[in-house]
Amino acid sequence: MSDPLEEWRAAYDTARLRDVPFETMSGVPLEPVHGDAPYPGQYPFTRGLHAAGYRSRLWTMRMFAGFGTAEDTNARFKELLRAGGTGLSTAFDMPTLMGRDSDSPWALGEVGRAGVAVDTLADMEDLFADIDLGGVSTSMTINGPAATLLAMYVAVGEKTGVARADLAGTIQNDILKEYQAQKEYIYPPRPSMRIVTDMVTFTTAEMPKWHPISISGYHIREAGSTAAQELAFTLANGFAYVEAAIAAGEDIDEFGRRLSFFFNSHTDFFEEIGKFRAARRIWARWMKERYGATDERTMMCRFHTQTAGVSLTAQQPEINIARVATQALAAALGGTQSLHTDSFDEALALPTEKAARIALRTQQIVAHETGVASVADPLGGAPFVEWMTDEMERQAEAVFAHLDELGNGSILEGVYAGIDNGYFVGEIADAAYRFEREVNAGRRIIVGVNDFTDGDEDTEPNLLRIDHTTEEYQRKRLEAVKHDRSQEAVDDALAAIATACEDPTVNLMPPIIDAVKAYATEEEVAMAMESVFGTYVETAIV
Amino acid sequence: MSSTPPPPHRIVLAKLGLDGHDRGIKVVARMLRDAGMEVIYLGLRQTTDSIVAAVEQEDADAIGLSMHNAGHLTLGPAMLAALEEAGIEVPLIIGGIVPDDDRPILDAAGVAAVLGPGSSAEEVVATVRAAIDAA
Repeated sequence: MSDPLEEWRAAYDTARLRDVPFETMSGVPLEPVHGDAPYPGQYPFTRGLHAAGYRSRLWTMRMFAGFGTAEDTNARFKELLRAGGTGLSTAFDMPTLMGRDSDSPWALGEVGRAGVAVDTLADMEDLFADIDLGGVSTSMTINGPAATLLAMYVAVGEKTGVARADLAGTIQNDILKEYQAQKEYIYPPRPSMRIVTDMVTFTTAEMPKWHPISISGYHIREAGSTAAQELAFTLANGFAYVEAAIAAGEDIDEFGRRLSFFFNSHTDFFEEIGKFRAARRIWARWMKERYGATDERTMMCRFHTQTAGVSLTAQQPEINIARVATQALAAALGGTQSLHTDSFDEALALPTEKAARIALRTQQIVAHETGVASVADPLGGAPFVEWMTDEMERQAEAVFAHLDELGNGSILEGVYAGIDNGYFVGEIADAAYRFEREVNAGRRIIVGVNDFTDGDEDTEPNLLRIDHTTEEYQRKRLEAVKHDRSQEAVDDALAAIATACEDPTVNLMPPIIDAVKAYATEEEVAMAMESVFGTYVETAIV
Repeated sequence: MSSTPPPPHRIVLAKLGLDGHDRGIKVVARMLRDAGMEVIYLGLRQTTDSIVAAVEQEDADAIGLSMHNAGHLTLGPAMLAALEEAGIEVPLIIGGIVPDDDRPILDAAGVAAVLGPGSSAEEVVATVRAAIDAA
């Protein structure tokens, strides 16, 4: 069988479809796909990963949540699951993201503020209390100390009777973009890449349902990049992880299919759709042609999307609901696998429960009312959309060529070089400033900011406040955990981590799992690793 | 009166604490620089001590801190206390995400000005100049 349409039909016919009518509101029956080959589900997957598009399965509505103590976030998780959310996504507070405990001087004022505080396994047990880890998929947004948090999740699973092989989810663990954009690094790039590679190796062998890296453009975009830079830097980082894993002796068709991506859905509608479609095409081609993947699943760029937090305005915050709706629609038309929709109050504070529910409802409207989920890649073949897809690809390829040259034929080395010489941060800062100047000059209209400002003086909506008792509570809890544990067991486990760090042939995951089970704190584990790896300090450039 | 123009204002900009959101402060740094000020950007993960030391060493006229993690009610007063302890009197300006209800608290604590999201270059420059002139 070589006719693409026949192949597509065969794939479509085997797909299990959702039990809803695939017809318009007025009763007009809809074809599952229009346009030309390659069809959805066919290499290079520009038109989507699945022959039936969202007819077989909608995207996962994965709402990111985390604040205060583990109990607070646990309650929010349960509320989101009750409201129809289908996956959990954890936001950690800044000390946790940076490998610092709640009693660190660095944690002052930050405990539980922008996410949930996790110091020890005890907090992780509370965070997932009464949630069946065998029945949900969990995403954890953490990078520098990702190995420690993954170890804690494994330990919670084991304590509640769920084997590590049955744990499903994703850990962000994309350290390269930290040096480029989000800045939540601990160790220098090369030892950090060793940790990432160890996690890829460990999960490939022991956690088949786990995605060990979510290669993230989201933060690159939020930091100010253009759409094409987001696409290019993210996929280049992806190539770098692939090269590192291949160098460590891994088989691309073993680990490759479990790499996943995370993109931003911003406001420029067709640019975003072109970006998503280009991402799938570029990834498929590079995996096949440059890295020699043979399994089509390895070539599939699966991605989560979040609407653009940075696009939300503090002025007239309610109008952000409309921004989020158009961004969610772009993500759906771009074929995302999962989606977080931002809450309208996020330019002011962490979302309230009501604002988070409105955000979830917004994507439910896109999924269930608009009809866009009835036809796979509904915009495919439209000249403007295809042109935009090509243009995004062309711009990204120019960046890959630059990095390839910087790295003398290695994208991994090119990315290291670009981090060292300030290429990424410089490009991103330039783009951010250019945008700001355009807004400032009135060349770009931002409703409520530089035009249509009637209503800006309205009072703010009710905001979520994290009171300071969270910090005191968390410190006391940490003190109690430290009091109840065996210090000797902790010391031994930490020494074993440091020893493992010194030997690049040893996988770091097993000693870290041992340490968290002994209730070593996140910072203690980080310090043990820092003692060997050192820390990274960015050169401040404007 | 001398006819030589006054030296340009000097401002130390920094991210205090762990928060790594640096898009805003970098944009503000360029806005102030384009307006003729001398900007000393200290970068990420600064402490109150490192900022005090930089202000002394650079003989700065003002400090700008950027906060996006709801730490302003703790970190703002901590910065002011460190300045007072060092005997330094320069205005402190906070930029970033600060809810309206928190502004009077920061005012009362002695923060010279708060710049929220969406502030234009003109507002940023005028606010910094006014804070320095009032000091």
